Amino acid sequence: MTGRACQESAPPRLRVDVASLGGQLFTAWSIAAAVMFAAAPYVIAGAPYESTMLLLQKIFYFHVPSWIALGASLSVCGIASALYLFWDSTLADHFAVAGAELAAVFGVCGLATGSLWARKAWGVWWEWDAKLTMTLVLELVLIAYVLVRKYGGPGSEKLAAGMGMFGTVTAPFIYKSVDWWRTVHPKTSVIPTLEPSMYGPFLFCAMAFLLLFTLLLTLRVGLETARARLDRLFLDREA
Amino acid sequence: MIRRASTAVLLLFVALPVLAAQLPTGQPPPGQEGYVPISQLPPSQQLPAAPFVMAAYAFIWVALIAYLWSIWRRMRMLAEEMERLERLAPRGK
Repeated sequence: MTGRACQESAPPRLRVDVASLGGQLFTAWSIAAAVMFAAAPYVIAGAPYESTMLLLQKIFYFHVPSWIALGASLSVCGIASALYLFWDSTLADHFAVAGAELAAVFGVCGLATGSLWARKAWGVWWEWDAKLTMTLVLELVLIAYVLVRKYGGPGSEKLAAGMGMFGTVTAPFIYKSVDWWRTVHPKTSVIPTLEPSMYGPFLFCAMAFLLLFTLLLTLRVGLETARARLDRLFLDREA
Repeated sequence: MIRRASTAVLLLFVALPVLAAQLPTGQPPPGQEGYVPISQLPPSQQLPAAPFVMAAYAFIWVALIAYLWSIWRRMRMLAEEMERLERLAPRGK
């Protein structure tokens, strides 16, 4: 029995309880994310200064979590795109759209904060090195995904799913690019070797971003599901 | 007409390197004689870190709030569409 069929066959009281429990959980989740984001600047201010970059290094506590959230969004987009392409799951398609849009948003955050960091640390706003260039290409793929879904018309779902899978496959190469090629960007060894006094605030910020990511994903999937329902209703009415 | 245009293009290609060679070239800047510590630079040439850190955090906040607002706006539009559909639907259905 599918989840929907199970819900429909459940007594009305149980259905209402499940809905209100979901609503309460969502509210608690939203409050937790808001509190964590509000507390983040204080937590970051308490972290020690890095020896060479001093205050500037504090961008790290929002910059890297943005990329972690992008990684999570991209994983959702890639897996859901594959599920939609090979098993034709409509719900997976809703997750893929939500994942791609969120990945594009977090990507913009990561690129902007990285550019600000680079201006002070490297003296330039942008450097055409392997990691940065590949990341920009990924961001363009994600923006293309969103545009294809918005303006592509009927049938664009399959094309977008292919793009989503392609974009996701590039992520491990971007992550390892700093170890494989000569680049000005710090290596992947930075995070595992963080001091405990820096690791705590970093984990706090990463958790805040992941919490926000799950919240936004839930909202966005809900929006996409409602839109699909509305389209079906319009079609039924016209038929 | 085509012959004249192709002759002009050919002439341009031949003339360009000659013209470029005659352009005055700027002198390269003199070699740096020593490093200057950042603390000895005048304040106008120093790049303080605080504005960059603030700008980075502000950007994240603005971007995420704008995205949340866009989701809220789309939800509201969807609700309006749903209401419109309900109004259009014949009564008793």
